[in-house]
Amino acid sequence: MQLRAHNLACVRGGREVFANVDFAVDAGQALLVSGPNGAGKSSLLRMIAGLLRAASGTIELDDADGELSLAEQAHYLGHQDPAKPNLSVAENLEFWSAYLGGRRIAYALERVGLGALAGLPAAYLSAGQRRRLSIARLIAVKRPLWLLDEPNNALDAAAQAQLAALMNAHLKSGGIIVTAAHGPLGLRCARRLKLA
Amino acid sequence: MNPLAALLLRDLRLATRAGGGALIGALFFLTVVVLVPFAVGPDLALLQRIGPAILWLGALLANLLTLERLLATDHDDGSLDILMTGRVPLELVAATKALAHWLATGLPLVVITPLLGLLLGVGMSVTAPLTLTLLVGTPALTFIGLTGAALAVTLRRGGLLMVVLVLPLTIPVLIFGVSAANAAIAGPLPFGPPFTILCALTLASIVIGPFAAAAALRHGLE
Repeated sequence: MQLRAHNLACVRGGREVFANVDFAVDAGQALLVSGPNGAGKSSLLRMIAGLLRAASGTIELDDADGELSLAEQAHYLGHQDPAKPNLSVAENLEFWSAYLGGRRIAYALERVGLGALAGLPAAYLSAGQRRRLSIARLIAVKRPLWLLDEPNNALDAAAQAQLAALMNAHLKSGGIIVTAAHGPLGLRCARRLKLA
Repeated sequence: MNPLAALLLRDLRLATRAGGGALIGALFFLTVVVLVPFAVGPDLALLQRIGPAILWLGALLANLLTLERLLATDHDDGSLDILMTGRVPLELVAATKALAHWLATGLPLVVITPLLGLLLGVGMSVTAPLTLTLLVGTPALTFIGLTGAALAVTLRRGGLLMVVLVLPLTIPVLIFGVSAANAAIAGPLPFGPPFTILCALTLASIVIGPFAAAAALRHGLE
């Protein structure tokens, strides 16, 4: 499996954000996208997730399930954590798991350290806990491609280490990660892509 | 569980829990209809004559009031992004959300209509056809509004725009809904023709609405 982008360009509001971006990421590899604010890191991730149209260029996932689109094989973890305040932690995850086609809810909540809070309405979660709930979605539903937009936001040191372990496990099982971050995130075998 | 069933269940849960907004529409409807007799005065004959129009107007405005929540909450918290990475077509996602919206906010209006008909002095024999027109017509209001809601979220702060876009499109529904109800009350025209046209409007909007909404959402990707 390989994620390949060829000659990508991004135009937002009439302004060219980036152009001529090429990369290829193999199974078990991570791509660390870096660059200053406004360089188009988030836009690039949204493009891969199919949430933003590329001005030009192509993105494709080789040797994957041919019947599914790229977006349908990707987990997108954006800046926002889509937790509904008046549903409980477990209900939130149950919904996403049922919608996206996963099943390991209790296990996923344990892995991100929210097992004890399963019955609590998500309104009472802190920013870091909401982030962890979003990360639980990646565990509950198996998808080969993870697109993580500054996944460390709001996470404490322990949770960051936990996330690094999760990401490395995902890479070890043959997954692909594309992440926008300012730090190294503790990833093994990460390639770098610098957006100017 | 089926992805769409899960979505329907979640939206119904969200609408009926505290802060959900399922009752906002019904309460607004109740307020409008209860206030009219005070404004018009105790002229029973007049109230009977304008009763169906008031009930239809109330339903239309109550529906408009709640439409903004149909997609905006999911857009604001990033849920819409994840919904779009699902394996079901966006058209079906939009249709499911509209169905949940109608069940949570449209159906309660229909259920309390007989009670409100009583307040307007609309006779019992007329209440049944009047309620029937609302039962058949309110889905059209929701599915027409779905397109407006989709355009509004992609344009950011499009609440006012949505009203301007949706209201003209709902006028045919209003015309045939009220004329069917009036035909049942006073005649001389039969109930059948306007009612069948109302049914046709609803069916057409259920077919077109989800496609238009999905197209608007996809177009908003830029």
